[in-house]
Amino acid sequence: MKPARKQRLILIAIMLAGIGLAATFALKAFNENLMYFFSTSDVVSGKAPKEALFRLGGMVVKGSVERAESSLLVKFKLSDFRQEVTVEYSGILPDLFREGQGIVAKGRLDSRGVFVAEEVLAKHDENYMPPEVKASLKKPAEAVQ
Amino acid sequence: MSWIPTPISRFFHRTSSPPHFYALADRWLPWLTALFLLLLGAGLYGGLYLAPADYQQGDSYRIIYVHVPAAWMSLFIYVLMAVMGAIALVWRMKLAEVMLISSAPIGAGFTFIALVTGSLWGKPMWGTWWVWDARLTSELILLFLYLGVISLYGAIEDKKAAAKAVSILALVGVVNIPIIHYSVEWWNTLHQGPTVTKIDKPSIHVSMLVPLLLMALAFKVYYLIAVLQAAKLELLRREASSQWVKNLLETAR
Repeated sequence: MKPARKQRLILIAIMLAGIGLAATFALKAFNENLMYFFSTSDVVSGKAPKEALFRLGGMVVKGSVERAESSLLVKFKLSDFRQEVTVEYSGILPDLFREGQGIVAKGRLDSRGVFVAEEVLAKHDENYMPPEVKASLKKPAEAVQ
Repeated sequence: MSWIPTPISRFFHRTSSPPHFYALADRWLPWLTALFLLLLGAGLYGGLYLAPADYQQGDSYRIIYVHVPAAWMSLFIYVLMAVMGAIALVWRMKLAEVMLISSAPIGAGFTFIALVTGSLWGKPMWGTWWVWDARLTSELILLFLYLGVISLYGAIEDKKAAAKAVSILALVGVVNIPIIHYSVEWWNTLHQGPTVTKIDKPSIHVSMLVPLLLMALAFKVYYLIAVLQAAKLELLRREASSQWVKNLLETAR
């Protein structure tokens, strides 16, 4: 390779390494801000903001959804498989909201430690399968119960 | 370059000469178009008709047959542009500059499609058109990078200087590509994690995966068709005063 080309190639490599390093530091510095939501463990351990609005993500605990008879109020528990947080929401839930499904709620904690949500978004998982396959996956588990 | 076998380097040298490339593109285009239509037909038939509905999303999931290939292409084309930028800067190869600038509008188009289809799916599934999570935001930045490349090239009068500036911008922006890909793993995002491009087995049933891969191939071939046509035009524009273009116009007349 001609020396001039080699020099340009090395310059480009140095430039890319520099930009990569700068980006890594910037992203590390903003790591917390880039998180879209807090986990339920963060809330229990006090890492989530006390007074401010924030987002809480987790799995809707099976059998925890309670609906009010005369209003749209829904109460359910969210979990990250370690800690649980009770959530209250009054409004229309997205299509994918169901027990065992991941969701992200925006709201704040009240004095009882209950998360009062203003907005609930469903978080879809990365699994795609036909209903028959899902049914066949469920069967062995049900047989055990 | 002694570490590349002679036949391969000879092929690259010949292909990179503008008149030879022009003729080659002309010869490939009909075949590529036939291949594209075949793949697109098979992919759409498989994805919209043969593939079963999803256990949770029903038929709404079928947007992945456009959304995912478009998003993959948006990343793929940008990486290709950065490689072309490096080649253009180091070896001063004219064809690399032409391929870089011809790819930018196509990449911007795929990025836009990925963002719009994702938004259309997000409303019924997540309950919102848009959120500022890491995946969506970094993909939006990619769209701005593409638009930046296009406008920077257009803004500089001297096309030689413009190509150099654009090559550097393409190289700088490539840092965003791993961020987009890993955003769903590094941070909590509303966007789901990777389904196909991960080390374990894909988390998608094979009857749904095959049409998805066919569509991804179809999009790749479409990119080739579009970029070859754009590159042909750009070559004519840049080489307008050279002998081979004059000969070409003579025979066309």
